[in-house]
Amino acid sequence: MRIGDFKETYAADEAVFRTGTVRLWLGLLGLALAVFPFVAGEYLIYMANITGVAVVGAVGLNVLTGFTGQISLGHAAFMGVGAYTSAILTTRLGLPFLLTLPLSGVVAALCGLIVGAPSMRMKGLYLCIATLAAQVILDFTFVHWESMTHGIRGINLPPPSIFGLSLAGGQAFYFVIVTLAALAVTACRNIFRTRVGRAFIAIRDRDISAELMGINLFRYKLYAFGVSSFLAGMAGCLLANLLKVVTPEHFPLQLSIQYLAMIIVGGLGSILGSIFGAIFMTVVPEILRSSLGLLQGLDPQIMRYLFPLQTVIFGLLIVVFLVFEPHGLAEMWRRLKAYFRLWPFEY
Amino acid sequence: MDIFLQLLVSGVATGGVYALIALGFVLIYKATHIINFATGEFMMIGAYLCYTFLALSGIPIIPTFILVMLCAAVLGFLVERTILRHMLGQPVISIIMVTIGLSSILVGLTEIIWSSQFESFPPLFPRAPLDLGFVLVRSTLAYGFAISMAAVAVFALIFKYAKAGVAMRATAGDQMAAFSMGINVKTMFTFAWALGAIAAALGGVIVGNIGGISPVLGAVGLKIFPVVILGGLDSIGGAVVGGFIIGVLENLAGGYLDPHFGGGVKEVAPFVIMVLILLVKPHGLFGKEDIERL
Repeated sequence: MRIGDFKETYAADEAVFRTGTVRLWLGLLGLALAVFPFVAGEYLIYMANITGVAVVGAVGLNVLTGFTGQISLGHAAFMGVGAYTSAILTTRLGLPFLLTLPLSGVVAALCGLIVGAPSMRMKGLYLCIATLAAQVILDFTFVHWESMTHGIRGINLPPPSIFGLSLAGGQAFYFVIVTLAALAVTACRNIFRTRVGRAFIAIRDRDISAELMGINLFRYKLYAFGVSSFLAGMAGCLLANLLKVVTPEHFPLQLSIQYLAMIIVGGLGSILGSIFGAIFMTVVPEILRSSLGLLQGLDPQIMRYLFPLQTVIFGLLIVVFLVFEPHGLAEMWRRLKAYFRLWPFEY
Repeated sequence: MDIFLQLLVSGVATGGVYALIALGFVLIYKATHIINFATGEFMMIGAYLCYTFLALSGIPIIPTFILVMLCAAVLGFLVERTILRHMLGQPVISIIMVTIGLSSILVGLTEIIWSSQFESFPPLFPRAPLDLGFVLVRSTLAYGFAISMAAVAVFALIFKYAKAGVAMRATAGDQMAAFSMGINVKTMFTFAWALGAIAAALGGVIVGNIGGISPVLGAVGLKIFPVVILGGLDSIGGAVVGGFIIGVLENLAGGYLDPHFGGGVKEVAPFVIMVLILLVKPHGLFGKEDIERL
């Protein structure tokens, strides 16, 4: 608790960014993000783009899993739906990127509503397995609906453009991704200041109590599925336009699990945590890759162990975080801040 | 008609193997209420251990089976003690994710230890297919089915009559009451994990013997979810019935629909069936309906 933290107006109490310091830091962050692509190399920009997509996806999953308590093992499939929608709309109908982006979100959201519909009767583990079914079935559809998705060959996309402005390079697309990620984060942050968001949290904490308080469980669970898969669809569309190709291999069950890992490592039920988790889970494999690359001089065979090691470390991260830090990086960040705020005192 | 019978019989045989693996899953769920996403990886490790003992160390077949079961029990014991014990009382998602993380660790370790090459099993059983008069069954599948059914029967008997089995059922029924009757509930958790791991490892040996082993063998474990959800997560009989239903239906669907979809129906059919049944019976065919109170 800050000393002297009191509000004199309702507006101040409801403000999103409460203090000047927060605003200053956010401004600096925005500035850094804007300058970044002009100073960083191509590889770093690519990494930032991938991370940005992951942020959008992870925030979306956190709305459903972290805030509403509905575990989804089908997040990657919804991203796939978004990616395929954008690819098909772009290549068949020639729709511009600015139109395919929301449309892919909408189509994915519709899929999400269908998958969420059984939540009327099922919950908990049974629902979780139903989303697993959605992942498997959608995966099958991506591979076997040849006439639409071109099967395992996938679809190639032309470089996206906005109002005739080409976004072919990673640098140009970076701004699209960062803007969208910022929008997604802000929107989700704001959801939880509204009636709908509070309902989500109530459902997560105890669904029966929530129902007794007059929350229509089915409707709000569907909302959560809709919001979550809308964001997943947009993330998929971004990914498709970033990689310029969509194949079923981009959206396996493994990716769904990776997104779950992101929000767990970052912090369930925390928007900031989703961002941390997305960054962490994208950057750690890269660090591992480069550190193994450094060791390559000692033993040329060592790269053979890269993928197994990545798998092991991925699993270890999930287990270690769940056992030792169940609230994730967001909680570590909070403690760190508290430490500096209170220093030199402990409490 | 011939094709139908052929598909039906091999479906029943596959279903028997599924039933065994699902049993391992249900044993763990029933006692500890943990969904074990690492079941497939337990299978994979069982298969690799069996391969190592048989093909690389030249141990005869019966001791190999005993060794594999022992190792699987130790694995289940270690997993429960080192990881899952810390997760008691945590929310469902955390527990699910821990087992997913565990499966990732096991896959990675397997690839490091045994490399990710595809290996085919040394022949365990006579090669000649089994002639049932009206259909032929592949020998690996037929013997696999026989072993699975024997194992299922043994597990069911343990669960029904052995003292430990009765204690496990008591724990599953009501942990508090079991505690107060002097049952060591934590030991029961460990016991359940050991038994579950043994069942999964045996299933893995059979599956590996049918189709060869590689680190993706664990993917078969995914199909166990339709089986157990269909039967009801906490019903042993349900696991067996679900195994047969899924085995038969996926074989029929694969046989008749594959030409129309260009393959792969076998992988997805169980999930479609599962969703359809869940829509009608949200707790599976034999699952216990939870009555929730505030």
